[in-house]
Amino acid sequence: MADGSGGGAAGGNAGGMAAGIATGRLGEADYRRNFGDITPPLTRHEALVEADRCYFCYDAPCLQACPTSIDIPLFIRQIATENVSGAARTILSQNIFGGMCARDCPTETLCEQACVRNLAEDKPVEIGRLQRFATDHLLARGEQPFEREAASGKRVAVVGGGPAGLACAHRLALHGHAVTVFEAREKLGGLNEYGIAAYKVAGGAAQREVDFVLSIGGIETRCNMALGRDITLAELRRDHDAVFLGMGLAGVNALEQEGEELPGVIDAVDYIAKLRQAQDLSSLPVGRRVVVIGGGMTAIDIAVQSKRLGAEDVTVVYRRGKDAMKASEYEQELAQINGVKIKHWGLPHRILAEGQRVTGVEFRYGRIGAGGRLEAGEESFTLEADVVFKAIGQSFVPAALGEALEALELSGGRLAVDEERRTSLAGVWAGGDCVADGQDLTVAAVADGKRAADSIHAFLTKA
Amino acid sequence: MADLRSDFLGIKSPNPFWLASAPPTDREVNVVRAFKAGWGGVVWKTLGEDPPVVNVNGPRYGAVHSADRRLIGFNNIELISDRPLDINLREIKQLKRNWPDRAMVVSLMVPCEEAAWKRILPLVEETGADGIELNFGCPHGMSERGMGSAVGQVPEYVEMVARWCKANTRMPVIVKLTPNITDIRHPARAANTGGADAVSLINTVNSIVSVDLDRMAPNPHTDGKGTHGGYCGPAVKPMALNMVAEIARDPATRGLPISGIGGVTTWRDAAEFMALGASNVQVCTAAMTYGFRIIEELTSGLNSWMEEKGYQRVADMVGAAIPNVTDWRYLNLNYVVKARIDQDLCIQCGRCHIVCEDTSHQAITATKDGKRHFEVIDAECVGCNLCVSVCPVEDCITMEALTEGVDPRTGRPIDPSYANWTTHPNNPQAAE
Repeated sequence: MADGSGGGAAGGNAGGMAAGIATGRLGEADYRRNFGDITPPLTRHEALVEADRCYFCYDAPCLQACPTSIDIPLFIRQIATENVSGAARTILSQNIFGGMCARDCPTETLCEQACVRNLAEDKPVEIGRLQRFATDHLLARGEQPFEREAASGKRVAVVGGGPAGLACAHRLALHGHAVTVFEAREKLGGLNEYGIAAYKVAGGAAQREVDFVLSIGGIETRCNMALGRDITLAELRRDHDAVFLGMGLAGVNALEQEGEELPGVIDAVDYIAKLRQAQDLSSLPVGRRVVVIGGGMTAIDIAVQSKRLGAEDVTVVYRRGKDAMKASEYEQELAQINGVKIKHWGLPHRILAEGQRVTGVEFRYGRIGAGGRLEAGEESFTLEADVVFKAIGQSFVPAALGEALEALELSGGRLAVDEERRTSLAGVWAGGDCVADGQDLTVAAVADGKRAADSIHAFLTKA
Repeated sequence: MADLRSDFLGIKSPNPFWLASAPPTDREVNVVRAFKAGWGGVVWKTLGEDPPVVNVNGPRYGAVHSADRRLIGFNNIELISDRPLDINLREIKQLKRNWPDRAMVVSLMVPCEEAAWKRILPLVEETGADGIELNFGCPHGMSERGMGSAVGQVPEYVEMVARWCKANTRMPVIVKLTPNITDIRHPARAANTGGADAVSLINTVNSIVSVDLDRMAPNPHTDGKGTHGGYCGPAVKPMALNMVAEIARDPATRGLPISGIGGVTTWRDAAEFMALGASNVQVCTAAMTYGFRIIEELTSGLNSWMEEKGYQRVADMVGAAIPNVTDWRYLNLNYVVKARIDQDLCIQCGRCHIVCEDTSHQAITATKDGKRHFEVIDAECVGCNLCVSVCPVEDCITMEALTEGVDPRTGRPIDPSYANWTTHPNNPQAAE
């Protein structure tokens, strides 16, 4: 539910429409509005009305569509009967990050796409918002609905404090195992803390949820500890009964164009991380003209956030057609509502600059050539830009695995795992974005962590 | 335009929609607003003897809501008029004078003594009111004092008071019945025997709408205590329809005019009451939920439907459905239906399957060739209509009558003739 208030409202501020790159383009109220909840929480009445729309389907398609198999009809029925804590327990028993997933899941391609209401009237039950209603309720009360089993005496190392790692840690802790989470960054949360667009997780939702997850007890956390820098996989294996790798993607794909090293050419994920950690949004440098190269969620996130930080013109340029974009229909519309222009079939050809200052990007129109391969055509177009964001994907950095890499099988440049999220190395599991065939979604990462935890638990407790 | 004018016991009104005796008809200011809005008539809030009763100062109403707080059922503990008799009578007289084309019926409730009725009847007659309605229905408060439903629950009292009234006034007498009784036909017959000109029904149903689980007291409460009230609104309509039909088809009361009451909210509700034998309808809860302007929908809707169906006057369709209301034993046991699911309309919710599987006859598939697919298994389907009832899509599941061939469930050929329980071989009392 985009409120469409992004961008605009720059008049009267010092930064305003200042040329080039400037800070403080907007007033304080603009930042508050633009980076507040993009989808407001449901009120009690709204939740009751919406919950009443659920048909409590048999073998519900929404449940089938949820990577974490949340019993959606049951939790909605619990909301409808004002058993909101019970609803939250139903959600969290399958997905401990139910609060975050309620905010950042692409529900329009998962549960809500499967909702039978689409067939009846093209308007699914707002499952995501109902899920948030229930989980917010429980987290606000500070309840931890689960109780740890007796200590097992087993120790498990989890690398990466993002959704995959923490979901795995929580479930292992639940089973009584002692877990240590090693996080390379300063804070836990992974992309929930550093990557998701700010307006989707307003009000400190990410850290609140991390605190909630850890409140189960039995999880030691060690931040600023990077695999390959501060710890090695060999050490972790030596000191623990099992290891889970959930370190995400540390690398950023390069354009491989001249000018990429200029200060005005920025990795979108780095900028979003800065934005998420900024105490004062007006301190962020924002281009008046912004070009985003890419077609996924990150491209949309950086484009919309740039607009909401006061950029005048923001254009997303994707090398293929609309249908191939990884960003969902909803995300594309969100961008357009926020005044972002989306161009297709644009292959970056050259970064234009005057000295160290970026002035634009020249694109070649792309086309599908013989053999079905994307190729650059003869014709080109140029977009003026003060800032160029690269949002063309991230990559797994295997080097962090050190010597163990020899025994770890990769697939498509990421860790290969089986159904139970076991790697090829005994005693080592993996999940989240760092494994092959991942969906690059919070909910998929949580599902991985959960599945791995169940497998680890079975491994640790087998006779 | 269909002719919506109504003539009930010689009481004429521009349409068959009266406001029932209740808070909306308690005082002149409300009734003037109702008449201006277009209501055909009113039954004035029940008058009693002076000194007037007093109401609680706590809440009088409670409600049952749907999830979006649509009012489904309504409950009240208000008593009869709590204003002095002479003020009421003065207002009634003035109103009848100012609005001669509208029906003005006065509801009455005085103790079960002939003298009491003899005292009040001439006072009402003097106002020029068109008729009286005897309130033998209110189930709360007044019934504890031997009035209201305490009278309506004893057919002998109903007959007695009706007779007193007929003997002591020229005005038409309508007896309002309580549904809080085992068989509604008994008080209706009693009213008929006592000479009443008509019955009106139903009054409200004994009810506690809900319990406050924190306070452990009924809702609403008066200083922590609650008492049962009278239930009305859309929730009671099915019970009211049945009682109206029972009276309409009872040989002892056949032809006795009926004023239908009980959850009438839309024109369709009104048409249903009339189809089952009510000559007009009375409305209260719908007005108390939405205000008087609903009369515009009621008259417009009834008119459109009558035009479409070719009914020129209201009387043309009164009782039209009665011949099709019968006893179970006369239902045709040779009539065989099977559910049919329209696959184009089906939204795949699967509720038909699970309710049939869990609670009925395991007659609907969940999958076909490994895919989600809901289809009726004729060999198991008894035609119970449960799937139709729970399906969220209108007309997606329908009941189709088998007219030939064999019923795959019983293996018996479809018999086009009519046969009912009275002659069935399994019936020990079957007629030869």
